[in-house]
Amino acid sequence: MAGSQGKSLDRKKLLGDPIMVATIVLLITFLTLFILYPLAILLVDSFVGDGSFGISVFQRIFRIATFKTAIGNTLKIGMVVGILSTMIGLLFAYVEVYVKMGKFSGGLFKTISLLPVVSPPFVLSLSMIMLFGKAGLITRFLLKIYDNSVYGYWGIVIVQTLTFFPVCYMMLKGLLKNIDPSLEEAARDMGASRMKVFTSVTLPLLLPGLGNAFLVTFIESIADFANPMIIGGSYDTLATTIYLQITGAYDKAGAAAMAVVLLCITMGMFAVQKYYLEAKTSATLTGKASRGRTLIEDKSVRLPLTILCSMVAMFVILMYICVPIGACFPTWGFKFFPLTGKWFKLIFTRYRGFKAFKDSFVLSLISAPITALLSMIISYLVVKRKFRGKGFIELVSMLAMAVPGTVLGVGYIRGYAGGIFHTGFLQGLYGTGTILVIVFIVRSLPTGTRSGISALRQIDKSIEESAYDMGANSFKVFTTVTLPLIKDSFLSGFVTSFVRSITAISAVILLVTPKFLLITVQINEFAEKGSYGIACAFATLLIIITFGSVLLMDFITARLGTSKKIKEDQ
Amino acid sequence: MAKEKKGVRLEHISKIYQDPKTGKDFYAVKDTDLVIEPGSFVTLLGPSGCGKTTTLRMIAGFESPDEGEIYLGDEPINALTPDKRDTAMVFQSYALLPHYNVFDNVAYGLKLRKVPKDEIKERVTRILKLVELEGMEGRMTNQLSGGQQQRVALARALVIEPSVLLFDEPLSNLDAKLRVTMRTEIRRIQQEVGITAIYVTHDQSEAMALSDNIIVMSNGVVEQMGTPQEIYYHPKNEFVADFIGEANFLPGDYIGEAGKTIVLRPEAATLADKGGLKCKVVLSCFMGSYQNYHVMVDDHLVKLQEYNPKNKKIYNVGDECCLVFEKENIHLL
Repeated sequence: MAGSQGKSLDRKKLLGDPIMVATIVLLITFLTLFILYPLAILLVDSFVGDGSFGISVFQRIFRIATFKTAIGNTLKIGMVVGILSTMIGLLFAYVEVYVKMGKFSGGLFKTISLLPVVSPPFVLSLSMIMLFGKAGLITRFLLKIYDNSVYGYWGIVIVQTLTFFPVCYMMLKGLLKNIDPSLEEAARDMGASRMKVFTSVTLPLLLPGLGNAFLVTFIESIADFANPMIIGGSYDTLATTIYLQITGAYDKAGAAAMAVVLLCITMGMFAVQKYYLEAKTSATLTGKASRGRTLIEDKSVRLPLTILCSMVAMFVILMYICVPIGACFPTWGFKFFPLTGKWFKLIFTRYRGFKAFKDSFVLSLISAPITALLSMIISYLVVKRKFRGKGFIELVSMLAMAVPGTVLGVGYIRGYAGGIFHTGFLQGLYGTGTILVIVFIVRSLPTGTRSGISALRQIDKSIEESAYDMGANSFKVFTTVTLPLIKDSFLSGFVTSFVRSITAISAVILLVTPKFLLITVQINEFAEKGSYGIACAFATLLIIITFGSVLLMDFITARLGTSKKIKEDQ
Repeated sequence: MAKEKKGVRLEHISKIYQDPKTGKDFYAVKDTDLVIEPGSFVTLLGPSGCGKTTTLRMIAGFESPDEGEIYLGDEPINALTPDKRDTAMVFQSYALLPHYNVFDNVAYGLKLRKVPKDEIKERVTRILKLVELEGMEGRMTNQLSGGQQQRVALARALVIEPSVLLFDEPLSNLDAKLRVTMRTEIRRIQQEVGITAIYVTHDQSEAMALSDNIIVMSNGVVEQMGTPQEIYYHPKNEFVADFIGEANFLPGDYIGEAGKTIVLRPEAATLADKGGLKCKVVLSCFMGSYQNYHVMVDDHLVKLQEYNPKNKKIYNVGDECCLVFEKENIHLL
C-alpha cells in the first residue's frame, strides 16, 4: 500500500519514545473509563435494564406523564433562553464594539464579562427569590404585591438568561471585532443608513455566529440543574426529573434511559454547533480587522443603547450584591435590621461549615492542577503531534462539553456503584473522594483543553521542532519548551478548573456521600428548605473564594506571565 | 572540529501525501536518489511545492519516507526520531526559544547532551564568536534583529557539532541586503567548520552563491544535479533552463539544428545592424548597468541585456536590426 512504510516508520518512532507512549495510553484509558464508559453503561442500562434486551425501559419512561412534560418544558426553556441570551448578548457586544462608551458603562461591561467565570450556578436563583418572591424585597416591600410567584417557567427563563447572556456577549464580541470596518464603511458610502448597514452587512456576516451562540446557550440551558432545582418549583426539566427519578423513585434504569434522551438532545445540538456552525463562522469571519473602527458618537444612538445595557448590567450586578446582603439580614422578608453576622457564625458552629469549605476546597484544589496539566498535555498532543488515536483523544475530550452534569452523574452511579459493568471491578472507587475529583476533572477538561489548543496554535510549530531536532525527546520538549510558553494558559486553566469545581453541583450532587460535605450541595439543601440566610452566607463565602482566585490569577499573570514579559521586551 | 565528516545518501525516497480537498494521494517526493558528499554544501532548489522542504524534513526525521531509505554516512536512519539523528536544522522562522536568552538558546542542545558546565560555557562562547555575537549572551531573543536571530539559530545548530547541517530557507525573512551578507557568512562559516550542509531555497542567486552542488527539483522529482556552472550552462531541460536565470527559447532551425531548441541567455546575445537573425525591437529600457531589450524574431520573443551600454548604440522601439550570438555561448536541448 502506498504510504504504508511512512506510517510504520512513524509508529516505530513513536514506540521508541516510551514516555510519550505511556502518556497516550494513560490518556486514552482515562478518557475511556471516565467519559466514554459511563455514557456507554447508560445505553446498556436503558436497553437491558428491565431484564431483557429491548426498548421496554424507554416505553416505560415515555408512559410517565411528568417525563413527557419535562421534555417539552426543557426544550421550550432552552429555546426561549437561547434566543433571549443571544439577543441580549448581541446588544452588549454591539454596544461595546461599535459605540463610544464612558468609563462607567465600560466598567459595567467588564464586570458582566467576568461574572460567568466566577459565579456559582444558583446565585441568581437565590437572589431572584429574595427580590421578587412572595417575601421579595421588591415585590412585597416596594410594590406591595403579596402573592407574587417567581417559581416555575418565568423564573427559570429570567435566571438562566441573566446567567448565560454574558457568554453570548463574549462570543459575539470576538466575532464583531473581526468584521473589517471598511465593509460597513463601503455600505455607508453607497448610501445605506446605519440601520440598513446593520441589517444588510453586519447581521448577515454574524448569522452563523448568532446560531452558534444560540446553540451553546441552548445546550447550557437544558443541561442546567441548579437553577431549575431552586427556582423551578413544580416546573420540571429533564435534569431535575432525572435527579428525582434516581433519588426519589430509586428507578435507576429509568433514570439511565432519561439520561440517554437528554444526552441525545445535547449531542445533536453539539454536533450541529461544532461541525456545521463553527466552520461557517470562521469561513465568513476570517480576516482580521484592518484598522480601528470609527465609534458611533451620535447621541441618539449612543444614549438609548448605553442606558439600556447599563440598566441590564446594573440589574445583574444588583442580583449578585443581593446575596451578601441577604446573608446579613436577621430574617429575610421580615426583619432587616440590625444587620447581623449570625448566619456566618451559624454555618460554622452548627452546620459544619468548616468541613464543607475544607472538603470543597481540598477536592477542587486537587483536581485543578491535574485538569490544567491534562488539558495542556492533550492540547500539545492534538496540536503538535501526529499519532494514531489522536482523533479519539480530541473527540472524546471535546465530547465531554456536550455531556450534561446530571447525565454524567447517573452514568457514574450506574457505572461504578457495582464496579465496571457491574462486575465489582473498581467498585472501591465509588463513594470516595477520588471519584469526586475525577468528576471535577472531566467537567473542566473541555474548557481547559480548548484554551490550551488555541494558545498552542499561536506558537510556531518549528519552535518545538527545533528543540526536538537539538536532541530533546517528547517529554523534554513538553517540559522545557511547550509548558513554559503556555504558562498563562496553564495558569488560567488551573484557576478556571478550580472555580468550576468548587461551584459544580449537577454531577456531584448525585455522587457525594455523607463522608463529604460540599458547599454547593449545602447551598442547594438550605435553599430548598427556605433557609435563605444560611444559603446566602454559604454563597457569599463561595463568591469571595472564586472572585479571589480570579483576582489572584490576574495578579500572577500580570507579574510573571510569559506574554507580559515578551510584550514588555519588544 | 575533530569529528569525522559524513555524507547523506537517499535511495529511492518517496513521500506520499493526501490532498486535503480531493482525498487523493499524490507524491510530494518521488523515487529520489541523492548522494551528498561529506563536507560539501548542497542546495535543494525549486519552486514552492516541489518537494525540497519535504526532502529536508525527511533527512531531519520530522517526516518518514514512504519508500526508500536514508543513510547518514553508512548508517540507515529511517527509524530514528529527530532527537536521535546527528543532524541540526536552521529554521525559516529561526525557531529560537522565546523564554531563553541567547546563551541558553545556544546551550540548549549541549545541556540535553549532559555536557559539563565549563565545557558548555567554553563551546558556546567559541561559537558565538564565530557567528560574531560576542557580548550578546544575556539578550533575550526578541531584543535581537532578524540577522542576529539568524546567527543565534546558526550557532545553536553548529554548537552541537552535528554531522550534517540542514537549512530550511533560513534567509527568506530577512531584507534583501542582509540576505546577501548572511549568505556570505553562512558560506564562510561552513567552510571554516568544514561541515556537510544541505540548504533549501527557492532563490536561485542564493543557491549559486552558496553551493558546491545544486539540486533542482520540481513536482517531487530531481530535474538536475550539478555544480552551479553545469546547471547554468548545460541545463538538462527547459524547466531547469528557465528556472535558473533567464532563458530565451528559439527553434533550432535558425542555426540549422532542426528538432532541437536553442537556449539563449539574455547576456549571451547583442543587437547589431547586420549579421545574425533579423529582429524588431518592441521594448528598450535603460536599467543603469544594462539596456534591457525585448525583440521579436519572427513571432518569438527574445529578452536580452546589453551590459555597459554607455558607449554602445541604443536601438529604439520599432527599430529593425539583427540579433547576434556566438555558437559557443548557447546551449542546445
